[in-house]
Amino acid sequence: MTQELVTILGKDGKAQKGKDPNLPPEELKRLYKLMCATRALDDRGLALQRQGRIGFYLQSTGQEASHLGCAYALKDSDWLFPAYRQPGILLLRDIPYEKIIAEWFGNSGDTSKGRQMPVHYSFRQANFVSISSPIGTQLSQAAGAGMAAKARGDDTVFMTFCGDGGTSSNDFHCGLNFAGVYKAPVVFVCENNGWAISVPNDQQTASESMAIKADAYGMPGVRVDGNDILAVYRVTKEAVERARRGDGPTLIETVTYRIASHSSSDDADRYRDKKEFEAWKKKDPIARFQRYLKHKKLWSEDFEKECVEGSRDEIAAAVKVAEAMPPVGPETMFEDVYMAQTQQLKDQKKYLHDLVQKGGVGAEVGHFPL
Amino acid sequence: MTATNPQTGDSKTGTKVMTMLEAINDAMRVEMRNDDRVVVFGEDVGKKGGVFGTTMGLHEEFGDGRCFDTPLSECGILGTGVGMAVYGMRPIAEIQFLDFIYPGFDQIVSEAAKMRYRSGGEYTCPMVIRSPYGGGIRGGHYHSQSSEAYFCHTPGLKVVIPSTPADAKGLLISSIRDEDPVMFLEPKAIYRHAKDEVPLGEHTVDLGTARIAREGTDVTVLCYGAMVPVCEKAADLAREEHGRSVEIVDLRTLVPLDERTILESVKKTGRVVVVYEAPKTGGFGGELSAIIAEKAIEYMEGPIVRVAGFDTPFPYALEHLYMPDPKRVAAGIEKTFVW
Repeated sequence: MTQELVTILGKDGKAQKGKDPNLPPEELKRLYKLMCATRALDDRGLALQRQGRIGFYLQSTGQEASHLGCAYALKDSDWLFPAYRQPGILLLRDIPYEKIIAEWFGNSGDTSKGRQMPVHYSFRQANFVSISSPIGTQLSQAAGAGMAAKARGDDTVFMTFCGDGGTSSNDFHCGLNFAGVYKAPVVFVCENNGWAISVPNDQQTASESMAIKADAYGMPGVRVDGNDILAVYRVTKEAVERARRGDGPTLIETVTYRIASHSSSDDADRYRDKKEFEAWKKKDPIARFQRYLKHKKLWSEDFEKECVEGSRDEIAAAVKVAEAMPPVGPETMFEDVYMAQTQQLKDQKKYLHDLVQKGGVGAEVGHFPL
Repeated sequence: MTATNPQTGDSKTGTKVMTMLEAINDAMRVEMRNDDRVVVFGEDVGKKGGVFGTTMGLHEEFGDGRCFDTPLSECGILGTGVGMAVYGMRPIAEIQFLDFIYPGFDQIVSEAAKMRYRSGGEYTCPMVIRSPYGGGIRGGHYHSQSSEAYFCHTPGLKVVIPSTPADAKGLLISSIRDEDPVMFLEPKAIYRHAKDEVPLGEHTVDLGTARIAREGTDVTVLCYGAMVPVCEKAADLAREEHGRSVEIVDLRTLVPLDERTILESVKKTGRVVVVYEAPKTGGFGGELSAIIAEKAIEYMEGPIVRVAGFDTPFPYALEHLYMPDPKRVAAGIEKTFVW
């Protein structure tokens, strides 16, 4: 059963009979706009990196339906333990562009104070927990948060993401195992984009799919077309309802593709077959959803302009604001290590302050090469 | 294979100018040709040739059986490495960034390090764990840490950190040939910077031998890895600004430690600055300071000074102020004269 690929949107733009979630027109248009905005944000992030204005960028191009479709099934009060390829969720949860972009610059406009590399967001106001680079660590954390909410009698649902590579991590095993044992209200999403940097699926696992791994942990596993936003939404909604009912976790595998290289420092042409890439490019999730909107007579040239150019303009304006924010001060390095600074940290802060006052300090820092 | 002087890096014949990346790559190629027990594996080390390029061309030359990509699991990489070594292979396990090693920490500290001891010498674990470490590349928290101290605190592990291309090659070949597990930590900030004459073919540098990177008489600077070139610049500053003659000792291996070279230098100069980029508290420089205090305090003419990273997680935006730089090290040098 886990091998079935759930699909709703046909090539002709029509939804399969009886499967259309029948979202209201304004919601369909909102989702489409979010997808376009996510793509535009991604394009701008990479451009800024190429111009040397930010140090690093990591794209999610081609995975807009996958992560937006999942997160759209949640209530705003539900929590996210994300990986690093779900930026659309920030837009879905109304985080302003300036805030997202300031994180790329790592300056005083960044809510996480320039502590992390670009795209490692943390937005408590969106119940979006701080992203880590180590792979999979968020999976067991989501299980634990789910256990805590269950113990407290809250009806919060927790959604956590990993990629295909993440299914090999220690935390994939313990996260799913614990969530299964404690029937934690968690939706595990594996965005299977085919590649973990240069390692393809068949070298990542000998399983027939990622979804099938759910069997081992005593939870349902669902395999869904990750470029079909209606299908993603529909299966996720069921999983979220199941979690909220107290029936425990679900593993969803969204089958999609990493259109871009792993990051701004990677060149996928070195290891990936161009034909495979070209074939997937034709399955663009935005174009596919656009055909559906056209079929429903919800799409127009003006609407397209609003979605694409409108987003680009807003993003361009936000870049100006974010880039102009002053840098973080040296003293901020010593904050947030603990709630209260230790004597050693106070001493080190003074030592650095004195050095900076004298002038001339500052190590040479190269470019991130990965 | 080109015949070269196997013990020294100063051979004028049979050398080639290489970056540290190329020297590391060359060391693995030489040993893989020499010894079919040597295999290299990790994330993206195959077709891609490693995220930095250290394994470039090895998959092509040696095939899937000896240079291969693994699933994304440090625990899996290290655990299977231990198994291969116990069975008689010479595995080189690459961990993409030292910051990612922790899911496999148990396999290193509980297994690889203790296999010989706990089996009464019946089983051994001659594996090399290669991993780039350190800051200076705008890599943020998780691509910048300098966590050598954890491994130095684990009996049974050797810890090697080169600072020049020639040493990287010689120390890596020695590490592969060593009968015990070796943490071979590569200073990624200088992977591509320092070019150097590197002996072709076989070239070894004995583990446990420090290198006098620069001779001097007034003050000793102890350092390793990416801090060596920083200390060299600091020594220039100290000479230009204060006329100091600085001796720089590049430790090359932290475990086993060449105490003799350290103590000889410190006894000669009477002053010492210990430089490391890891957080100051609990760093390996504390151990060096203690050894000097225990064994050479009567020779000291100034305080033992540490210049290190701060006791904070590695910052992204403020990295340039976190990392010890020439000016900061030079200020540390002056501190040994004023007290």
